[in-house]
Amino acid sequence: MRSAVIVFPGSNCDRDMAEALKLVTGRPPEMVWHRESGLPDRLDLVAIPGGFSYGDYLRSGAMAAQSPVMRAVREAAERGVPILGVCNGFQVLTETHLLPGALMRNAGISFVCRDVALRVENSQSVFTSGYEAGEEIVIPVAHHDGNYQADPETLDRLEGEGRVAFRYVGECNGSARDIAGILNPAGNVLGMMPHPERAVEAAHGRTDGRRLFEGLLEAVSQPA
Amino acid sequence: MKTRVYVTLKNGVLDPQGKAIHHALEGLGFGGVKDVRAGKLIELDLDPGVTEDEVDEMCRKLLANTVIENYRIERTERAA
Repeated sequence: MRSAVIVFPGSNCDRDMAEALKLVTGRPPEMVWHRESGLPDRLDLVAIPGGFSYGDYLRSGAMAAQSPVMRAVREAAERGVPILGVCNGFQVLTETHLLPGALMRNAGISFVCRDVALRVENSQSVFTSGYEAGEEIVIPVAHHDGNYQADPETLDRLEGEGRVAFRYVGECNGSARDIAGILNPAGNVLGMMPHPERAVEAAHGRTDGRRLFEGLLEAVSQPA
Repeated sequence: MKTRVYVTLKNGVLDPQGKAIHHALEGLGFGGVKDVRAGKLIELDLDPGVTEDEVDEMCRKLLANTVIENYRIERTERAA
């Protein structure tokens, strides 16, 4: 599986993401700097990592969304390439309008950094096929702006179309309908606040994130 | 030309920062504060040729996230 990790000034989970991809796929990803105007050829995954791109100036993800590489990411998304945005990556995807809604300051003001229980709501996407629908998994979160908000019509559409991938079990950050991760209409773009790349090996304490990458590897390895 | 862009959260959008400021004011003993909303002020120094429409486009494309925010443009001063 050929993957790429986008690196912005202020990204700080890019190497965690690279290690997780290398561990599961056996192949290190290409690291792509934000000033690049193109992506490597024949990618099976583009990962947008967590962190504080551009110091969260203006709004989390707002400056990164305007960087040259994101034009290439948008084109890749339109071609059907799987795009995974984690934490700040999710914020970038909403600011790029590849995903609807916005991630606001946590309702409790505080930075939230802990393991959270998630319910897998949709196990049919390339990202979630390693899980069972309805299954509860535990993955860490670490964010200040994870409070997902959208207008009621958008939320109803996300629910109706099965585009809520993950939901918090219990209160986390004030997110509308406890949404932790959503898919685009075609199902090839996933944004999620929890960090699956921080739960891929025994030393992490938990390995529930590993199945996201394993499911993805299996999904993209299927002969077309 | 100086132009000010005020970016505020839409009505109905929860403003955790405004709430925290509100609580802090109460903690300082200020009564009678019914609600607090926090926003941003962005000052632009523009060439005279920049049109209102262009400033509006700047707001829509970058300065405000119209999913959750409103913006108001105020031209404050004409260059001599």
